[in-house]
Amino acid sequence: MSISNYARIEFPGRSSNEAFARSAAACFAAQLDPTLEELGDLKTAVSEAVTNCIVHAYPAEIGKIKMKCRIMGEDILEISIKDSGCGIEDIAKAMEPLFTTGGEDRSGMGFSIMECFMDSVKVKSAPGRGTTVTMRKKIGRKRHS
Amino acid sequence: MKITGYYREGALTLNLSGELDHHSAREAMGAISERIDAFLPRDCILNFREITFMDSSGIALILRANREMKNLDGRLFVSSVPKQPMKVMEASGIDRLVEITESR
Repeated sequence: MSISNYARIEFPGRSSNEAFARSAAACFAAQLDPTLEELGDLKTAVSEAVTNCIVHAYPAEIGKIKMKCRIMGEDILEISIKDSGCGIEDIAKAMEPLFTTGGEDRSGMGFSIMECFMDSVKVKSAPGRGTTVTMRKKIGRKRHS
Repeated sequence: MKITGYYREGALTLNLSGELDHHSAREAMGAISERIDAFLPRDCILNFREITFMDSSGIALILRANREMKNLDGRLFVSSVPKQPMKVMEASGIDRLVEITESR
């Protein structure tokens, strides 16, 4: 599928940048004329992915987070969020609902919500080598059907 | 994130406004706990009407408030939940653990 537009953003993993990242993703998606619900879904999924980087990838430092937004073909939005942090040993376990290593401040629902709100979620990770979460969502489905 | 509220006849109502994410959740939870500890209410109502965005950090916050109210033999209610936070609550299944009233 051809890439018809893209944007790359890099920012430090401070929690105050969570709102920036999800708003930036929503601004990029605006060219696909999304519904309010689609925008809400996208912002929620981006917020979960960026929070994971801040809480889990960089537990003791403020590391770099790279977000790449792409439009594939006419109406598929792809967002990838990449960190260079500690990585995930057992990806299947990390993606289980309610599983968290974040204590009682975290619900363990991050990946479940990403999967529920986006069409696909792929996770690439290895211990010590960072994590990349790539999510896709077809935008404007309701309007066209 | 801003929290205002009032206590009347055993019920503590807390109005939450703004964006509820990982960045704002810790402070919000501290403020909620402080008020629950101060009033020891029978019922606590978290009013979500003015919440403009919520992610799974909000789920952890509700679960913790629910635990604190259970420890007091009290009840927690979540009210007036807008669409986007409601979708997150439904996706997490928290709507089966905590009573959500008058959603819109």
